[in-house]
Amino acid sequence: MAVLHSAPRYASFEGVLDELTGALGDMVVASREEYGEIVINVVRERVEDALRKLRDEHQFQQLMDIAGADYPTRLDRFDVVYCLLSVTRNLRLIVKTTTDEATPVPTVTTLWPNAGWYEREVYDMYGVLFAGNTDLRRILTDYGFEGHPFRKDFPLTGYVELRYSEEDKRVVYEPVELAQDLRQFDFMSPWEGADYVLPGDEKAVPPPPAPAPVATAPVTRGPAEADKPKTTDTPAQTGAGDKANAEAAKDGEGKDGGKAPEAPAPTESRPDADKGGKA
Amino acid sequence: MSFSLEQSPTTGDEVITNYTINFGPQHPAAHGVLRMVMELDGEIIERIDPHVGLLHRGTEKLIEHKTYLQALPYFDRLDYCSPLGMEHSYVLAVEKLLNLGVPLRAQYLRVLFAELTRICNHMLNMGSHVMDVGAMTPNLWLFEIREDCLNFFERASGARMHSAWFRPGGVHQDVPEKLLVDIGEWIDTRLFPLFEDAMSLVVDNRIFKQRNVDIAIVSKEDALAWGFSGPMIRAAGIPWDLRKSQPYDVYDRMEFDIPVGTNSDCYDRFMVRVEEVRQSARIMKQCLAQMPQGPIASTDRKVVPPKRAEMKQSMESLIHHFKLYTEGFHVPAGEVYVATESPKGEFGVYLVSDGSNKPYRCKIRPTAFSHLQAMDFMSKGHMLPDATAILGAIDVVFGECDR
Repeated sequence: MAVLHSAPRYASFEGVLDELTGALGDMVVASREEYGEIVINVVRERVEDALRKLRDEHQFQQLMDIAGADYPTRLDRFDVVYCLLSVTRNLRLIVKTTTDEATPVPTVTTLWPNAGWYEREVYDMYGVLFAGNTDLRRILTDYGFEGHPFRKDFPLTGYVELRYSEEDKRVVYEPVELAQDLRQFDFMSPWEGADYVLPGDEKAVPPPPAPAPVATAPVTRGPAEADKPKTTDTPAQTGAGDKANAEAAKDGEGKDGGKAPEAPAPTESRPDADKGGKA
Repeated sequence: MSFSLEQSPTTGDEVITNYTINFGPQHPAAHGVLRMVMELDGEIIERIDPHVGLLHRGTEKLIEHKTYLQALPYFDRLDYCSPLGMEHSYVLAVEKLLNLGVPLRAQYLRVLFAELTRICNHMLNMGSHVMDVGAMTPNLWLFEIREDCLNFFERASGARMHSAWFRPGGVHQDVPEKLLVDIGEWIDTRLFPLFEDAMSLVVDNRIFKQRNVDIAIVSKEDALAWGFSGPMIRAAGIPWDLRKSQPYDVYDRMEFDIPVGTNSDCYDRFMVRVEEVRQSARIMKQCLAQMPQGPIASTDRKVVPPKRAEMKQSMESLIHHFKLYTEGFHVPAGEVYVATESPKGEFGVYLVSDGSNKPYRCKIRPTAFSHLQAMDFMSKGHMLPDATAILGAIDVVFGECDR
């Protein structure tokens, strides 16, 4: 495919993928060249060996970033992504490995001293463990934070909110209470066969299957019976109050005999209809 | 008559222990909310443990819940001193996944304003660096330039800081011709006189040199190993500039030089930035001279929304507009890592798409993370007041560091 975009242009990838996969040998799980990026998946236990080889023998001198990513449906749910840069060959490389909550990934702080904070960040955000990192503290979240916020099953709003308490003269933590639901719009086209019931459609089908309870949903303010349809059958249900109800009842049998004021008779023709209008 | 020798107060059995102090989180020289736990031996720094994350807002998580276009303004709020530099990485990442072409005029406009952003950022950084080591006047003069830059941003995008002006496929709106003329005039009549005036107070100043020369020397090997980028790696003597080596937009058509340091100390870092301002002005002038007329955004209506006038005439445009501002555009599944030369160094975006209208994962590679991490080894053995000079020369902004 012809390159149309104007994103950074590196040196040619010609033969680089073969060279690297050949050199890494059985450490490689999969590799591909896509969207102008070389992506190599390596075996988790041998990440350090693979990266050492890339650094020492293939001139990838700099570790620019370590990113985590969460794919909850997979068995090894986390990706750990190493972004390497070669300043002499002018190439970039993405090396990936996978892990789960319990299995540690070998640290690369032995290769690059700046890997320390990146690994701390991945640990903080995803809970990925790094074997051999001697300083695996949280880094970005609050002191005493619990959980790993970038996991896909962690709600966007979090679990606690904090405020300064005037009584206690300190910052206090409380469960998150949202004034309104978090708005998540679903843009899936109903013509493409949506696998959910559109709002309003549930009235047509007798008993819709109950949606799976969302354990992690944050507490929202409002009555529990919010999904019961609201009806106004008796004056008491209007919510206007006793006084107003009495007033309304009095009005009805009073002056006009309950007759609603009539609408004015429609005019024969609109005054400006024959002037050609305003277009 | 008897007399005794004056005794030193520390001879004897006393044991002098190191002590630990907190630098920040509220400290004027910390450039934001940085807490550094410093272990001092007298006034000599033994160890620094920077605590970052006090400005963590979960930007990456928020982006996962927004469409690609809605995610863009978050980038302005990362490094709020150079907003367009952040946007640049993101729009290029999205365009790379979409393989979307950008019209030439838009590329020139982006480069022009990216360089204006660089000047704007360096004014703030150099001003505060100078102020951190004791001089007041240059800061005020440099802020005049910064104010001019912000006015230009306002005239181009409507916002002084959070422009959201770079868009996937181009820029949001064209600039008036008068603005380009004014920028050209401003470079000659305002930027250079003010800037060179301010620099004449600083660069050969004895006090400034005493505070910066030979402070925090980093070898080339260390600079590579610690993942340095931008002025930090160039001050170490490595001529590495992504605008030159991995050109994006129309940087390959620009003629400019890469300043490098010789001694790799705080003074070199400062001087690299000084020269970068001049080179940026050079690039801007070339942009102004070469900029062609034409569209300022891609005409691919599946990504770039149509203009209002078009919408009033064409039903199809109306549909496109509605779809793009509600659902947004879908990006093919895949992953890219795109880094640009932001004023502070390599600012990267690792973008994973699952084919939907929202990014599946958007990891932001901040420049400050690597640099600040090296604070410990750079400061070791220096005096406490040197820490502010080192920090000033790193050019750290916490909106970007903590995300």
